[in-house]
Amino acid sequence: MSTATLPQDSELLERFSELKPPLTAQAAVIEANRCLNCFDAPCTLACPTHIDVPGFIKRIAAGNLRGSANRILDANILGGSCSRACPVEVLCEGACVMHRYNRQPIQIALLQRHAMDNFHAAGYDVPTAPPNTIDLNVVCIGAGPASLACAAELKRRGGRATVIERRELPGGLNTYGVAEYKLRAAESLREIEMIRRMGVEFRFGVSIESTAELAALEQEFDYIFLGVGLGAMQRLNIPGEDSNGVINALELIAAYKTAQIHEVRGTVAVVGAGNTAIDAANAARRLGAETVYLIYRREERDLPAFDFEYDHCKQEGVQFLWRRQPVAIRPEQHGRLLLDTVQVRQMEDGGLVPMSDTQHTIVCDMVVPAIGQSPFTQLIQEKRRIVVKDGLIVADNLTGQTGNPRYFAGGDCVNGGREVVDAVADGKRSALAMIKAAEAIYA
Amino acid sequence: MPDLHVRGFAGGIDSPNPFWLASAPPTNCGEQIMRAFDAGWGGAVWKTIGEPVTNVCSRYSSIDWQGQRMMGLNNIELISDRSVAENLRELAEVKKYYPHHAVIASLMVASTREAWHEIVERAEDAGADGLELNFGCPHGMSERGMGSAVGQVPEYTEMITSWVKEKARTPVLVKLTPNITDIRAIARAARRGGADGLSAINTLNSITGIDLDTLTPNPGVDGRSAHGGYCGPAVKPIALHLVQQIMSDPEAALPLSGIGGISNWKDAAEFFLLGCGTVQVCTAVMHYGYRVVEYMAEGLENWMRSKGFNSLADFRSLSLPRVTEWKNLNLNYKIVAHIDEPKCIGCGLCYIACWDGAHQCIHMDRVSGPVNGPVELHEGPSTVEWRSRVAVVTTPVTRQERAVDPAVHGPYPTPLAKIPRVDETECVGCNLCALVCPVDECITMKRVENGLPPESWDERTRGAVCVQNPNAS
Repeated sequence: MSTATLPQDSELLERFSELKPPLTAQAAVIEANRCLNCFDAPCTLACPTHIDVPGFIKRIAAGNLRGSANRILDANILGGSCSRACPVEVLCEGACVMHRYNRQPIQIALLQRHAMDNFHAAGYDVPTAPPNTIDLNVVCIGAGPASLACAAELKRRGGRATVIERRELPGGLNTYGVAEYKLRAAESLREIEMIRRMGVEFRFGVSIESTAELAALEQEFDYIFLGVGLGAMQRLNIPGEDSNGVINALELIAAYKTAQIHEVRGTVAVVGAGNTAIDAANAARRLGAETVYLIYRREERDLPAFDFEYDHCKQEGVQFLWRRQPVAIRPEQHGRLLLDTVQVRQMEDGGLVPMSDTQHTIVCDMVVPAIGQSPFTQLIQEKRRIVVKDGLIVADNLTGQTGNPRYFAGGDCVNGGREVVDAVADGKRSALAMIKAAEAIYA
Repeated sequence: MPDLHVRGFAGGIDSPNPFWLASAPPTNCGEQIMRAFDAGWGGAVWKTIGEPVTNVCSRYSSIDWQGQRMMGLNNIELISDRSVAENLRELAEVKKYYPHHAVIASLMVASTREAWHEIVERAEDAGADGLELNFGCPHGMSERGMGSAVGQVPEYTEMITSWVKEKARTPVLVKLTPNITDIRAIARAARRGGADGLSAINTLNSITGIDLDTLTPNPGVDGRSAHGGYCGPAVKPIALHLVQQIMSDPEAALPLSGIGGISNWKDAAEFFLLGCGTVQVCTAVMHYGYRVVEYMAEGLENWMRSKGFNSLADFRSLSLPRVTEWKNLNLNYKIVAHIDEPKCIGCGLCYIACWDGAHQCIHMDRVSGPVNGPVELHEGPSTVEWRSRVAVVTTPVTRQERAVDPAVHGPYPTPLAKIPRVDETECVGCNLCALVCPVDECITMKRVENGLPPESWDERTRGAVCVQNPNAS
């Protein structure tokens, strides 16, 4: 399988209609004209990839849409998916000086999407330096946003890059994990097709499981970039966890996005309250579940999800159960699940203690654990002396270089699960650091 | 209640207010003018009457600016394409129904005494309250020896004005073209010819732009174009200057009807302050309709009330003495920019404008510590920008991270590091930062007392010349 697109699924499109419709051409120009064109703009600073926001917006105002997209791609090769998936309320739009001026921030995400949609629709290519401008050959493990950004940056500057991926489709969470009403899998794949046209090589269905396979990569490539994401979800560690009807949040999202499931019935209990838990709970509602509970061990004020995600979730009709912890899952005779829960109390040190006589059993049809994620990094930890702490790869903040100088890392496997844009920033910084390191060697 | 009446303008024209429609498409026919009077216009200068012309399509093109339509309007339309008889019949009808409004006949005919005598007589017989001689139309008509072809030559202007005055019984206004080196020469000629008043300005020669697909300038006529006449808000500053030139010249000054980009009451007030007795409007009406006069009359009245002016005469020409030659300006008057920190939104526009477009005296050094002095002592824009571009920033995903709101930085809503600071020791008081600042009253210019007496360039150099003059002392 290459970077080809998925077949269109009309039922999926209907159940997950877009949260924010795109701007029309004239609306985009009107909005672009509102932008003050700040110097050293706070929106640019707030963006982890430092997109020149006023620069691309004023190109839209000037009727130079292609130039606008190029300006975005200069800083962020996944500018298209970021314009849909980014929590801009806490990034560029949150930093807009308009909050202190006439209150409504510039709709940066929609403007960025306008420029990128035009770019992709026209099928333009990203400008790149001639091949082999720099003598550097890099492999990126995992085809998620961090690796894609690293590979694309290397190609832009005339190096060589190969991305290997164990799944059939590239994109990582961009393709498999972002809620469909924000970013469609097809749009993610369209963007990766553009990266493939830049000359990035892809190898699919390849997983690295042994020292021999690692050694082969070290033989073939100058540097290895680890963009492996968080791998399998952490387990609940309660009895009955392997019962039929228990499916982790990322699997649920990937399954509906690739049209493997179309419908969910009855009652669904999502365990956890991060942004992924919320995506999964919303998905369950849209797929037809009558009742969806979101079970969280702490209180509303501790909720790790963004405020707008929480508000959205309530609008979707998801019910929240606070200070409740699952203790067991029991299959019922009629194929349903009994989820035993208990009320917990938070101690002064932050620890949680079950309260007596608070046992409550929820009868449901599906249990969806979404309680944080952990990377699969044992191999490189043990065989390549790369430091792993609390399940995350330790890499330099500025360069992404790990303790092993031939290995760089970025994205969720380093930061524990942030946004697409953070992964892109990591990948780009690593690419630049590799180029600098290579120059130092050959100088 | 302020009185907006115009009485005896240019020796005898009355109107209920000073807002007239300029000779243009909004005054093409009697039906239009009567609706305009109903809407509140005080007078109208009829679309220029003469031998009927054939027009082309298209006729107009405009300049949009940052999403705002028609900042400037350009036309290649000629004078009235209807017969003299038809126009004058309707003029008589308008005067019958609106005896107290001013109806001025704009005229343009071939440059012979007989032709002018005839048209003057017919217009006045129809009931016109005054005549406006169109010596300004810059396109088409000028190729036929009329319009600005007359208005660009003082001798022709004087000659034809005097022919008209031989016949006219009503006030005669001469409409001047701005497409000339010194408008005062033509204004003086009109006055020598006996004109009772002037109208200024007509449109400016222009090519508004080129269609980048067809490579044809706008407005296109079957693949070609011709220069047109430019008007609208864009030309107001040019018009104000020419009005001031005319009204400050004792040999040129006459009762003046001001024209050029007047869109609201403030524009109109400015023309009155430089000496105009009435104003004429076209583009604003072509854009929004006759109703715009409501805002003009109301706004002017409210302003007059707040300033204690009871009539137009109370404030006419008050700004004229305040325009002087550069050599008379006080060289010892010193102001510096002042940023009101609580109002600053941190857009950085004053900083980059001062560095790239002025005198490098606004700095981003409130956190690092203020440093006064010349450019070498400071970090320039590229360093400031580079620092932001290499910063490692991540999405705040937890509540604790989000709680550290970058906007909360003590006394000001904007982070201190993003509030620029003016080095008053280097500031030259040029105004640029105050002009680019998007926030009202955030940057103001403050007077600095330097204890020096007023001294102009003229005074300073007159002294110097005296010292060098061997005949002195």
